[in-house]
Amino acid sequence: MADKLTFELVSPERLILSAEVDMVVVPGTEGDFGVLPGHAPTVATIQPGVIEVYDEGHPVNRLFVRGGFAEVTPAGLTILAEEAMPLADMDRASFEARLAAAEEDVRDAKDDTARAKAEQSAEQLRRVLEILGQN
Amino acid sequence: MASLKDLKVRIKSVKSTQKITKAMKMVAASKLRRAQESAEAARPFALRMDRVIAGLTAGMAGREDAPRLMTGTGASKVHLLVVMTAERGLCGAFNSSIVRLARSRTLALLAEGKEVKILCVGRKGRDALRRDLGRYIIDTIEMVGVRRIGYVNAETVTDRVLELFAEGAFDVATIFFARFQSAISQVPTAQQVIPLPLAAEGDGSADLGGAIYDYEPEESEILEALLPRNLAVQIFKALLENAASEQGARMSAMDNATRNAGDMINRLTLIYNRSRQAAITKELIEIISGAEAL
Repeated sequence: MADKLTFELVSPERLILSAEVDMVVVPGTEGDFGVLPGHAPTVATIQPGVIEVYDEGHPVNRLFVRGGFAEVTPAGLTILAEEAMPLADMDRASFEARLAAAEEDVRDAKDDTARAKAEQSAEQLRRVLEILGQN
Repeated sequence: MASLKDLKVRIKSVKSTQKITKAMKMVAASKLRRAQESAEAARPFALRMDRVIAGLTAGMAGREDAPRLMTGTGASKVHLLVVMTAERGLCGAFNSSIVRLARSRTLALLAEGKEVKILCVGRKGRDALRRDLGRYIIDTIEMVGVRRIGYVNAETVTDRVLELFAEGAFDVATIFFARFQSAISQVPTAQQVIPLPLAAEGDGSADLGGAIYDYEPEESEILEALLPRNLAVQIFKALLENAASEQGARMSAMDNATRNAGDMINRLTLIYNRSRQAAITKELIEIISGAEAL
């Protein structure tokens, strides 16, 4: 019998996904990693990227996350994402608008800390668009 | 004695007031349901966050490289009070009970010789505190026009708090909000968020079957990244509870108002009928005595 992994994706606003799957690929800050059933307990931070959910040997779901962290326990994998949505629902235009706003923030920043912060969020959004561009 | 016409006008005006309060009650009831739903939907995240944080802080406690958000600055001289209230009134004692709690805490802290800074979230709290504690208010974050509280709103508040903390503007932060118990009962609550109150031993942390977590990146780094998020989640939770409490308070306040208006209408109608009777009787007596005199 093939073991299944209990996978939960939670955002602050709601529980987005809860399913029994074969494998999940998580975009960790120190590189992507796959989680299979029986994975060692881990806590890892994640960076903006795409979560890939595999079941029956095929990718069944691709979801975008903006950051947060993943927790692996013997009971399963839980991803706490600050923002997450299925890749199919993503609206390129809205992210482009957010990037434009973020870039403006970089220009308008009054001091170094503010600028660094704005640059960081602009960088995140650029990554998002890059990912979107690939799909 | 008011004339019949005056009474009639008053009855009419009370009736229209009653209509308004009734409508507000129903609006609050439907908003309450929505607010409760979003508060419930936010629970899983907060729960898991608590669990992970509890596990991490237990491991980090007492270590020197523990993040300052967890251990605090080591002093408790300057207190930041984040007072969360509603944007609008007409919700019974909701705003004033939160403000009262914040005020008594402020006075207690001042009496101990501590310094107090107040960050208001929501206009009503600022308006109420400005009168006597105005000089302690450092900033106000308004939520006007926010129809449904999202995580972004919590992030705005959190960013402000973290900014202040980074500047070393305070040592201890406490948030004030109304915990939602039921539609008729909301409890004003103070919750300390910085430094993080340590969870009780073995409190809800995940059962790892004897194994320990692998951390990637390192424990301290993860904690560094998670603590601001945890703060945002705590604030988000408080905002949601507050929103539900506000609607609950408004609903019961408007229910009372509707009932009072009903009582008032009954009373006025009774007076109206009595004075109408009196006028008729008086007229009859006049006619009869006039006829007898002839």
